[in-house]
Amino acid sequence: MALHALTIHELQDLLGTREVSARDLTEAFYRRIAALDDRVHAYVTLTPEQAFEQADRADHRRQMGGSSPLLGIPLAIKDVICTEGIRTTCGSKILHNFVPPYDATVIEHLTAAGVIVLGKTNMDEFAMGSSTEHSASGITHNPWDLSAIPGGSSGGSAAAVAADECAAALGSDTGGSVRQPAACCGIVGLKPTYGRVSRYGLVAFASSLDQIGPMTKDVRDAALIMNVIGGNDPRDSTSAAMPMPDFTRALTGSAKGLRLGIPREYFVGGIDSEVERAVRTAVQVLEGVGATTTEVTLPHSKYGVAAYYILAPSEASSNLARYDGVKYGYRTPQWSNLRDMYMHTRDEGFGAEVKRRIMLGTYALSAGYYEAYYQKAQQVRTLILRDFEEAFRHVDVIVAPTAPTPAFKIGEKTDDPLQMYLSDVFTVPVNLAGLPGISVPCGFNSAGLPIGLQIIGKPFDEETILRVAHAFEQHTDYHRRKPPL
Amino acid sequence: MDYEVVIGLEVHAQLSTHSKIFCGCSTTFGAPPNTQTCPVCLGMPGVLPVLNRRVVECAIKTALACHGEVAPRCRFARKNYFYPDMPKNYQISQYDEPLVVGGHIEIPTPEGMKRIRLVRIHLEEDVGKSIHGENLDDPRASYVDFNRSGVPLMEIVSQPDLSSPDEAKLYLQRLRTIVQYLEVCDGNMEEGSFRCDANVSLRPRGAREYGTKVEIKNLNSFRNVQHALEYEVIRQTKALDAGEKLLQETRLWDTTRSVTRSMRSKEFAHDYRYFPEPDLVPLATTREWVEAIRRTLPELPDTRMQRLVAEYSIPAYDAGVLTSSKALADYYEACIKRYPKPKVVSNWMMVELLRALNRDGIEVEQSRIAPENLAELLELVDDGTISSTMAKTVFDAMYETGKAAAEIVQEKELRQISDENALVTAIEQVLANNPKEVSEFRAGREKLLSFFMGQVMKATQGKANPQAVNKLLRQKLAEKET
Repeated sequence: MALHALTIHELQDLLGTREVSARDLTEAFYRRIAALDDRVHAYVTLTPEQAFEQADRADHRRQMGGSSPLLGIPLAIKDVICTEGIRTTCGSKILHNFVPPYDATVIEHLTAAGVIVLGKTNMDEFAMGSSTEHSASGITHNPWDLSAIPGGSSGGSAAAVAADECAAALGSDTGGSVRQPAACCGIVGLKPTYGRVSRYGLVAFASSLDQIGPMTKDVRDAALIMNVIGGNDPRDSTSAAMPMPDFTRALTGSAKGLRLGIPREYFVGGIDSEVERAVRTAVQVLEGVGATTTEVTLPHSKYGVAAYYILAPSEASSNLARYDGVKYGYRTPQWSNLRDMYMHTRDEGFGAEVKRRIMLGTYALSAGYYEAYYQKAQQVRTLILRDFEEAFRHVDVIVAPTAPTPAFKIGEKTDDPLQMYLSDVFTVPVNLAGLPGISVPCGFNSAGLPIGLQIIGKPFDEETILRVAHAFEQHTDYHRRKPPL
Repeated sequence: MDYEVVIGLEVHAQLSTHSKIFCGCSTTFGAPPNTQTCPVCLGMPGVLPVLNRRVVECAIKTALACHGEVAPRCRFARKNYFYPDMPKNYQISQYDEPLVVGGHIEIPTPEGMKRIRLVRIHLEEDVGKSIHGENLDDPRASYVDFNRSGVPLMEIVSQPDLSSPDEAKLYLQRLRTIVQYLEVCDGNMEEGSFRCDANVSLRPRGAREYGTKVEIKNLNSFRNVQHALEYEVIRQTKALDAGEKLLQETRLWDTTRSVTRSMRSKEFAHDYRYFPEPDLVPLATTREWVEAIRRTLPELPDTRMQRLVAEYSIPAYDAGVLTSSKALADYYEACIKRYPKPKVVSNWMMVELLRALNRDGIEVEQSRIAPENLAELLELVDDGTISSTMAKTVFDAMYETGKAAAEIVQEKELRQISDENALVTAIEQVLANNPKEVSEFRAGREKLLSFFMGQVMKATQGKANPQAVNKLLRQKLAEKET
């Protein structure tokens, strides 16, 4: 198989026996990008100069006897994660020229592990969206069907992995932005427990929900990346001081004795029949390898999207206030006083969806509305968390669809934000509860579009969801299929 | 009508930590613009605040000194509004769950000690500073210096227990003394490390309802606080007497014109959209931590005052003045150490030193006379090298130049003439020059002695030892008679 099609651990085998060098891999991926990215448009910035330097350093380290699971592996990084000296735009005009003078903690960890950064990937502006249609850098296309969306907001990372334009990628997930595009593009996407991975250097959308996660070609790769990016960070007060296991040790290939919960509320109304069939079949596969299933109930999940669209915009309205044209980023060329400068800069710099959410959040936090909206939504959040806690008294993981439908057509939902928001109906409650969730490919619809299976775990129990996902993968080949590019 | 004045103060004290509240940048005042900044205090995308433990300890110390209750769990909140020198366009502050609740401070009023209750003490970050282009290259441009951005502030909010501008000033002075004793804030009002906003309203004496509240900003000295409040009380009295309705508004103290003027009314008041800061976890303060901090508390002004009275037998009034600032009390005790006559030292400090410092509007820390030098000066009086009158001249020169007492005595040739031969010569000369007065004295006009004294002092440029001259004059005048 071509180098670009391999997983991290397969590439590592070749690097280990010196059959290929990191420079060879870097060249292979840039060739692949050159051949495909005009059509897919996964990347917004490519960094070949730096990548080849990193590749040579990795090769040198290996010659000096160094080895590590990510040494010399070329990755793509969602453009919401700060990279020192590399433009970081968040898919927004307002940061079109922003070059961070610092690396995110995850980038520091990856660099220390010897990773090569090929470039930065496209995304919905400030991670607000489920289709990667809301980017100042244009639309990303689904490698399985170029007229379909790749999901979002980490659509660029998902498309890059699916199109073999990188070995793996990092995304960020606030309401499903790693898992939903992973499902749309037929790859693996893990959203870790809130606090598991440092948010330092992740440009904030909704601080209490955001998590960085790996987007990979198989479950083992996700575990390998988690081993490097996870852990407590003194620069992020919300990162947890929890022990970091070796996640690959959880990949036993068996789901024996594990109790799966099937949430009753996730299989009613609005769910695509082919998605439902694929997920139910997947559950049977897991039962076949020793898991037992129980129905569980998550009665407050139906309020998840409503609560999410109060809380996330509220935090966003504050987090995005700093983009004012004073210090960095875009500043309007036309203004006559300070107020004017603020208004024009933000009007011209932000896209429609971002402005919609800033207004929603500003409203929800306003005097006289705070109790009815923000505070009420926080109460709903607590109830959703309690639902999960109750369910996890009886089961080890919860299994559900990742998204209610496969990837929809580009332009199909851009005029209907509410329909767009419902793409995240199964992923949002997981963020509200701060739990880990993983999406793995579990089939295709009749049009050949991938479908994702979501496995949700207890707080800081990424090991069990990785184990279930891996066991599933061992008995299916969906993750090995490649889009017809 | 007879009105009762109701004042509450909000004080912002900059905490004297080495680093900022949410990042490791230095807090040193006066560095070149934007040299003490990092991505965190510049509000760059993706960076996160990390709370400085020392900052919390400073606030807990203050809470303990003011008898406040340290909340076992508190939270930070975001205060949202746009301002160019505020890098994130929100300030991390505390809102409905402050670190400290309640407390009180006693102030000395003419009617005795009065207890002023505190509402709360909370922590927040300072903002940067806008610099408008007049003095820089482009008069139309504005610049922002973020060195101050993220400097830790402690806001101390009083209940509206203050009933006059005088009380407000006393409260502020007492509070400043406390934070200085605790060494949590340098109390420098000029550099802005101790700032104050005042809420003032009037109500008919005896009324239960509060009147319309006006907030006054820009009170950057004790004098300004007092003057602005006095002005505002008169303004509100006149308005109410004229039957006008007062606006709930924010007014700015204009120091050049000595008036308060309207900044914004309630209709234009900001909606700060407070909500819990999601980048920080709730702050837990354990009892053990608070008790450990309590053990580090220094001697506080009230205790020190009592000790000075007991240890040095000085009047309570003197001890009160001397402990009004930690630096002043430290100065006093350093002086006593070398020159153990407590009352003499306290007189000199209260009369000469404080007069000079107050005249120049500076603090004892800026005095050019070190406590050891004052002690030396007093020793020179005791050993007869100079007279107490000369000592005042020497003191003034020391205050101006910072030189040691002995050096000034040397330079100005101020050494007292006690040598009898030299004095007798001068006296004989004076008596010879004033025969009329001599005979009048001998005829019984003894008052003329002071005239002769004056003449002798004049002849010796004030250097004659007065006791010696007195004695010798009497001798000489008596001598001739016989």
